[in-house]
Amino acid sequence: MAVLLEAQNVSMHFGGLKAVDEVDFVVEEHAIAGLIGPNGAGKTTFFNMITGLHKPTYGRIIFDGHDLVGKRPNRVTAMGIARTFQTIRLFNNMSSLENVLVGMNTRLRSTWYGALLRTPGVMAEERRAYRQAMAMLEYVGIAEYAHEFAKNLPYGLQRRLEIARALATEPKLLLLDEPTAGMNPQETHETTRFIRKLRDERGLTILLIEHDMRVVMGISDRVTVLDYGRKISEGTPEEVQKDPRVIEAYLGRRAVEAFTQ
Amino acid sequence: MTNTTLTTNNALIRRWQAVPQRVRQMVIYLLVGAILIALPFGVRSIERQHTLSLLFSLNVALLYVVLALGLNIVVGFAGLLDLGYAAFFALGAYTFGILTWPAHGLEWSFWIAILFVAPVAAFFGIVIGTPTLRLRGDYLAIVTLAFGEIVPNALRNMSNIHIPWLGLYHFNLTNGTQGLNPVGKPVIDLRWIFPNMEPFVVGQNSNQIHWYFLVVAIGFLVLFGSRRLDESRLGRAWKAIREDETAADCMGVNPITTKLLAFALGASFSGIAGAVFASMSQAVFPELFRFNVSIFILIIVIISGMGNVWGVLVGALILTLFDRVLLAQIAPPLIQNLGNQLNSNFLRTLDLQLYRWVMFGTGLLIIMLLRPEGLFPSRVRRAELHEAEEKGEA
Repeated sequence: MAVLLEAQNVSMHFGGLKAVDEVDFVVEEHAIAGLIGPNGAGKTTFFNMITGLHKPTYGRIIFDGHDLVGKRPNRVTAMGIARTFQTIRLFNNMSSLENVLVGMNTRLRSTWYGALLRTPGVMAEERRAYRQAMAMLEYVGIAEYAHEFAKNLPYGLQRRLEIARALATEPKLLLLDEPTAGMNPQETHETTRFIRKLRDERGLTILLIEHDMRVVMGISDRVTVLDYGRKISEGTPEEVQKDPRVIEAYLGRRAVEAFTQ
Repeated sequence: MTNTTLTTNNALIRRWQAVPQRVRQMVIYLLVGAILIALPFGVRSIERQHTLSLLFSLNVALLYVVLALGLNIVVGFAGLLDLGYAAFFALGAYTFGILTWPAHGLEWSFWIAILFVAPVAAFFGIVIGTPTLRLRGDYLAIVTLAFGEIVPNALRNMSNIHIPWLGLYHFNLTNGTQGLNPVGKPVIDLRWIFPNMEPFVVGQNSNQIHWYFLVVAIGFLVLFGSRRLDESRLGRAWKAIREDETAADCMGVNPITTKLLAFALGASFSGIAGAVFASMSQAVFPELFRFNVSIFILIIVIISGMGNVWGVLVGALILTLFDRVLLAQIAPPLIQNLGNQLNSNFLRTLDLQLYRWVMFGTGLLIIMLLRPEGLFPSRVRRAELHEAEEKGEA
């Protein structure tokens, strides 16, 4: 399979702290890739580097044949990478529909003078955008909340709205930062199915950070483990689960000894 | 009795609702149009009976609507706290003044000058916007505050520009504290269509009714422009930046162009208002654009409910008329009368206008405590959206 995203020797140093340290990383097209690691392992920093919020201290990130390093977040989004956030970051005082419409921003062409003059082209584009945004809300199952302020949605639906907004940017690669955080088992199960559906129906490539091991191991094709900014293991879920370095990172050396005895 | 009136009312309402929507809209538009046309004549007759200056105050209030709508783009939509907004008002007025002041010999036509003023103001909007792109909240407020102080002072001191290598020898651009006076008036000259028609000077013999219609026309343009921007791709991008700049950036909104467009468009509204204000009052001097003008416009936007175009319209009218008519004209004789009747020296010498900032400040505090979203928050619009959608589905 073709490689969609490739990080080469990527490092992010904050002063003396090496948040991400010389990580090589590959995501193949149409894969679901999991990124795990204990707290502070550098997972979110890694996401921030891909999306342009942090500029790597050194290393290259190649997406779809283009180097992402140095590109502003909105440029990265336009190239086809969308993300959600670990702590939900919706546009609270805008309706769900408007949130999705903002996501469509890079795919729309109307200008400020076009909006002032309300040219037929602009009006047609707005109607089309409105329909697509409604369809997107329906797809994630929150169409009835279209005109509700984002802040008034229940927690689980806010997560879905965040995904809808990300999908509206028409990405090739979707980055999900702890999509099931704070969810009950039922919601977690639904979300897991939904992520798989996104890959199967929309042909997306998905990279997710997740703490719930059942979720990651259940849906990921490949899993990468970070610890203290370094990649310590990589492979299929089965391989990673048996890797002593992973067990040590999560449970400590004594646990490794217990397992191997 | 009450019951019957209620039912007749209900019957009336039902019959009104049975009328097709298009017809209803037409009727409302015609009514609003008729009121707007009749208003200045009514106001003038009141003015004559009571020796008040109402129409000029109304025109100024309408210009403040334009100013507040412009600031609403910057503060309400894009969430960029601008404390120096009067600077663009000043730049608009001065650009217009310089282009039309007879002493400069340019004497451009009002219409061309006003078209020129908008991009000039927009340019200065970008000038102040560019260095502040990285600043948020309080820091942006401080820089814009300084800008608002710099501009009137710079304009005041541009009466003696001496740059020999540019060929400027003691050049008097702005005429210092005395300001520019007189400045151009709008002339409607249709001789290129009707050769026999005399050119018509708007505001001749300080006829405020002419100005009223011109200001209402500009107000309408700005109001609808503002509404259209609000509901556009750009308007959504502004609001997304206001809500969460980082998230907006990650969703494909370019914060740089989006913010600069807010500064530029907001500034051009203010510039146009400045040009009309200059022409209407026939004088431009630095004292007109002090810091308190910026604050007054900001108070209008905050009290009215940030981000809501209709709210800002109503709020600007109410606050400006309260200030210019009630406080300045109607209240003083009433209070003096009351003072005479009660034989109270305190009331006789009380000048409420001295306390206007106390009142605005108190009003602002009360609004912030009781209704921080403002008097007319933009939730009204959401209700409208709901309604429109239900109608669409029915």
